[in-house]
Amino acid sequence: MIEVLTLDQIEADQEVRVVRVAGGRGLRQRLNKMGIHSGNSLLVKRSGIIGGPILVHLQGVNVAIGRGMARKVVVEKIK
Amino acid sequence: MKPSHSEKINKWHDLDDFKHTQFVLVGQPNCGKSTIFNEVIGYRSITGNFPGATVEYTRGHVNILNHTYDVVDLPGTYSLSTSDQAERVSQQYLLTQRVDMIINVVDASILSRSLELTLQLMELEIPMILCLNMIDEAERKGIHIDTKKLSDFLGMPVVETIASKGRGIKQLFWEALEAARRRQKPKHIRGNLDVEEIITGLSRVLEKAVKPRAYSAHLMATKLLEKDPFFVGLIKSAYPELSRQILAFRQKLSRSHGRSSDEVISFERHALSMSIFEKVAVISRPRISWQDRLDRILMHNIWGYVGLVLILMIFFNLVFSMGRFLESPLITLFDRLDGMAESYFGADTLIGVIITGSIQGIGGGIAIVLPYLLPFLLGLSFLEDIGYLPRIAFLMDTFMHKIGLHGTAVIPAVLGYGCNVPAVMATRILESPRDRFIAALISTMVPCSARMTVIFGLVGYYLGGMAAFGLYVLNLVIIAFSGWVFSRILKEATPGMMMEIPVYHLPRIRNVLKKTWFRTKDFIVIAWPLLIAGSAILALTEYFKLTESINQMLHPLTGSLGLPAAVGTTLIFGVLRKELSMLMLFQALGTSDVSTVMSNAQMLVFTVFVIFYIPCIATIGVLFRQVRLKGVIVITLFTFLAAYILALLTRVFTGIIW
Repeated sequence: MIEVLTLDQIEADQEVRVVRVAGGRGLRQRLNKMGIHSGNSLLVKRSGIIGGPILVHLQGVNVAIGRGMARKVVVEKIK
Repeated sequence: MKPSHSEKINKWHDLDDFKHTQFVLVGQPNCGKSTIFNEVIGYRSITGNFPGATVEYTRGHVNILNHTYDVVDLPGTYSLSTSDQAERVSQQYLLTQRVDMIINVVDASILSRSLELTLQLMELEIPMILCLNMIDEAERKGIHIDTKKLSDFLGMPVVETIASKGRGIKQLFWEALEAARRRQKPKHIRGNLDVEEIITGLSRVLEKAVKPRAYSAHLMATKLLEKDPFFVGLIKSAYPELSRQILAFRQKLSRSHGRSSDEVISFERHALSMSIFEKVAVISRPRISWQDRLDRILMHNIWGYVGLVLILMIFFNLVFSMGRFLESPLITLFDRLDGMAESYFGADTLIGVIITGSIQGIGGGIAIVLPYLLPFLLGLSFLEDIGYLPRIAFLMDTFMHKIGLHGTAVIPAVLGYGCNVPAVMATRILESPRDRFIAALISTMVPCSARMTVIFGLVGYYLGGMAAFGLYVLNLVIIAFSGWVFSRILKEATPGMMMEIPVYHLPRIRNVLKKTWFRTKDFIVIAWPLLIAGSAILALTEYFKLTESINQMLHPLTGSLGLPAAVGTTLIFGVLRKELSMLMLFQALGTSDVSTVMSNAQMLVFTVFVIFYIPCIATIGVLFRQVRLKGVIVITLFTFLAAYILALLTRVFTGIIW
């Protein structure tokens, strides 16, 4: 069984694949315009211990995603 | 402003005169559009290394071979369909204004994502050129782009540039001009067949029903499937009978792909961009850069905050010590000039009063404002250009959530330390109107560089650096508290932060200097004449004994705060420009050594009041555009009340300890 994880639970330096976005159209479109869709893989670069945004890397860009939004991004780890 | 569909069609038909060919710079945020614009037009558009440095469009003219061409610099936008206010400016402009030539600027180091916008722009069927900017950065990241291949693929000229060094800009405009003359439209690039089939199906329906069209049927079909508000609105108002059919196409697309139609379209574009990128670029190992190493510290969970405090302390100290170093010799100089004028013209003659008044005005600007303003603006430009602002936003996100906002709102607040006007405008990079309102409120409470000169020139100068620093800390506490109060009143949840963190760029000295000059000019051209005229007017009103009635009127305010009655008029001048409140103080009290007339406690009370009370005229003007009359009234009343209560508390508190 695949473990269901959300982006905010991933530790730094882990690569993940986006499974789906559990949010409304607004959130989806905000992620989409940064190039994040379900099916894409991302590298988590930084994840604060005291909350704060998650820093992900994709297509050569670093994007900071607020924790609240990251909680709605369902991902799976890529070995 | 919402020109109708048919107006746009008319604009499209009078393209015959080339005299006013419109070149429009379009691109994703932070790709260097404004840098290119400034390179050809002269410094007109503020640049900075953070997404959202430009929130309004700027127009300029360029002369090529005796012809004048218009160049428009649009705010950066990730997509042609968008939610945030600054990006919407670009979308509206492209869809409703005359555009003869699109100069699509892309950051070559992130070509694959940038192409997503390029593909959408191509659908506009307007002559277009691709500008691969920051090509040096791409090479550093190990991305080598075959421009010839890319150009063939897209059917438009592709020019490599390094805008920050001025490289390739001339060629870019030459090629753009050539392409505009040829009126060569970009190729149609089509993606996945089964998606394309549905788009074409809807296009056919639109082709038949929508006449005349300002946009290609394919673009409209794509955007309608994507649920773009502009096109949905257009159909709803002019062709409501089509809504059912559009819905059917959307359902068909979403059923066949197992996700909603807008996501299918967006994903398709994403996949297409990736595949074009893979065809034209060769990727080698990137060099690990100082930028990456720096971020390991400056964005670290602990060291990042230590770094932030250190950087701000160093910044504060540099500005303060440089300003102080320059202030006293300059004051002495102008005092001597003032004395000379007084003895030459006589202290009681009308001409003497006007001349000494003007000298004090000029002197105030040179001796008290500029020594602090210049190093401050230099430092701010440096931090902006190196790309530190997005890092502050990243680090402060958690704290901003405590006051009901998110990290992005830090950017307008930090810009507020320079001037509240661009700060209020920068709130447009936020998505929700509620966030924009709270961000505008706290941005106007940030002590701008004008108020900084009051803090440093008065409190810092007479009471010492620690007192000035204390005022900044007090201000932060009050801002946080105000944000907290308003986020409790306006309970709606903040959408959260989503921000690109750009690579650091070593600031180019020339650009930092130009930007500093651009901002200083604002003081010299607008504030200074006002200051000199104000000084002279104040001297005159005193000469004719008019000041007293104004001061009398404001006595309930000044009296209850324990301030000299003469301070009253200066507070009125302060609404025009905040630094006037202090400079007029010298005039009103008839001395440039305030300590002879006011006690330390009075100076502190005065400064606290000036920091918080009512935004200046220019800020009110821009607030009006941003938060409307109701917002302006709320902010003005709130800041006035806050100023009065805090000044009163300062009076009581200093009365106890001194």
